[in-house]
Amino acid sequence: MKLARIIEFLISKRSLLAVIMLVLMAALVLADIILPPAYTRFPWEAISGFAAFFGFVACAALIFFSRFLGEWLLYRDEDYYDDHE
Amino acid sequence: MITSDWIHPSLVLIAGTLVVPLLKGRAMQTWMVLLPLAVLGVLWLAQPGEYGQMAFLGMELVTGRVDDLSMVFGWVFSTVLLIGAIYALHVNDQVQHVAAFLYGASALGVVFAGDLITLYVFWELMVITSVWLIWRRGSEVSFNAGFRYLVIHAVGGVVLLAGIIMFQFETGTTRFDQIDADGPAFWLILAAFMINAAVPPLHAWLTDAYPEATVTGAVFMSALTTKTAVYTLIRGYPGTEMLVWLGAFMTLYGVTFAMLSNDIRRLLSYHIVSQVGYMVAGVGLGTALALSGSASHAFTHILYKALLFMGAGAVIHMTGRSKLSELGGLYRYMPWTFVLYLVGGVSISAFPLFSGYVSKTMIVEAAAVDGRALIWLMLAVASAGTFLSTTLKLPYKTWLGEDSGLRPQEAPWNMLLAMSIAAALCFLIGIFPGLLYALLPEPVDFDAYTMSVFLKEMQLLLFTGLAFCLLLKYVGGGPKISLDVDWLYRRGGPRLISATGTAIVTADRAVRRVALGQLMRLTSHMERKHGRDGKLAKSWPIGSMALWTAIVLAMLLTFGVWR
Repeated sequence: MKLARIIEFLISKRSLLAVIMLVLMAALVLADIILPPAYTRFPWEAISGFAAFFGFVACAALIFFSRFLGEWLLYRDEDYYDDHE
Repeated sequence: MITSDWIHPSLVLIAGTLVVPLLKGRAMQTWMVLLPLAVLGVLWLAQPGEYGQMAFLGMELVTGRVDDLSMVFGWVFSTVLLIGAIYALHVNDQVQHVAAFLYGASALGVVFAGDLITLYVFWELMVITSVWLIWRRGSEVSFNAGFRYLVIHAVGGVVLLAGIIMFQFETGTTRFDQIDADGPAFWLILAAFMINAAVPPLHAWLTDAYPEATVTGAVFMSALTTKTAVYTLIRGYPGTEMLVWLGAFMTLYGVTFAMLSNDIRRLLSYHIVSQVGYMVAGVGLGTALALSGSASHAFTHILYKALLFMGAGAVIHMTGRSKLSELGGLYRYMPWTFVLYLVGGVSISAFPLFSGYVSKTMIVEAAAVDGRALIWLMLAVASAGTFLSTTLKLPYKTWLGEDSGLRPQEAPWNMLLAMSIAAALCFLIGIFPGLLYALLPEPVDFDAYTMSVFLKEMQLLLFTGLAFCLLLKYVGGGPKISLDVDWLYRRGGPRLISATGTAIVTADRAVRRVALGQLMRLTSHMERKHGRDGKLAKSWPIGSMALWTAIVLAMLLTFGVWR
């Protein structure tokens, strides 16, 4: 079970990994600011870091929208279909 | 079907499958691996051209058309048959193996069919072979799900046949190329293809049935049915504007409903809908780049989706649980399954160096070249959503997260081997996309590994990850199911029927009550007037009789004489 040990080790270092990840993300956005946009087919392609912003907003929107849809309309008990079939 | 330079791969598979029931143990396992290898060998020898022509009811059938497009799908179908067979080696149920191979043979029959009649025959064969992969789960739930699957596809088959007949009347041919008809033939055939491609609202058969299939059967199902439909759409309906919008809608529908799923294979099934949405949108865009994108995305999708289903299946096989709310903390016990699943996860999420990246970005790029701003944004949201639920939420709640107390063994070697092959292919295609692009019908004028594409994709994905980490406590879930369109025929239909029944009974009662009331009033009226004590039934005294006679006589005299 060596692989489990490696995963365990990574989990124990998760705050370090998080910092590395954040640095990496900052570097990506920075690169996007420094490098001129390759295309401006859409207006937002000229905005540096748009993809980062969009990814964050899209993810948040999906989390809240799906939750809302579930609670408001779609969630049922697991045995909902049982009594009929 | 067999000439010196052409052996139909379906024929090889069907013939080879006939032997399976005679074999047992090690011999059967060897045969199960050799058979898909033989099919790959047959494909290796196949030369472009048309084979196996025969006349049927005055129509010319082409049972084998080999060109670049059919070969792309032929290669990946045979590969996934090999992977799926290895994954299923431990299963001691010949019915399932026979069903899986015949199902594969039918899917190959569809992609090599040069005419619509041959296509229809294999199309239907796909349904009746694949349903056994659901039924052999052996539970009442899967039996019912299998029946719903069968009914929906039976309807789809009738729609397809009606479309083909009309197409033959309109054009005088049954050749299967771009469907060039105006009338109902165009729409009927398109509708049948869309049912199999799981385009909402015609998608619920998939997300209803796949999670109830056997652990090994679902791997084949995730690969074959929807992707044969993508093949037929690429061949028959390139550039159909409606498909751009339906495809983009599919990508969002899939990711939204995946967020509501608690069953791990249902979550992944919604991501089939979502990913096939990219391909459908590519077909709708219809440019060379978009069609190459759709074909290559079908190729990569089959491999990474099979890998994801194998990972989820391994968890179900080892723990007997399939719900996120009942899983958690498995990384200590199934670390290899975890890591191999993650390879599928980063592939479907289109991380650079993995297969989804080199195919999905091509479709997105095609949308950008075409100047489709809204479509581009919709596809970008779906990219975030794909990463969110397949690679963050599902693995987090299954292998990490709260410990569920489950202490399973690691999956058996054959499952891990099959997953490793799929993972290796995902990685290989991600690093050397040229290998895949070389198979495509058109030369590919696209490079996924430019700084611009790389930066956009990485920012999108990593900030999606950030949002997930920050908002983890708002991610819904728990032991619930979510309704979908299948409610209409599982509950809505029966409810409508019983409501209609109740309405008829109520109306009937009301009419009867009113009629009876009128009748009663009439009888009581008669009773009052003509009954024993009724006015008209009384015996009258002589005097009044004489008086009335006098009055009548007087009237007669007065009016009669006067007249």
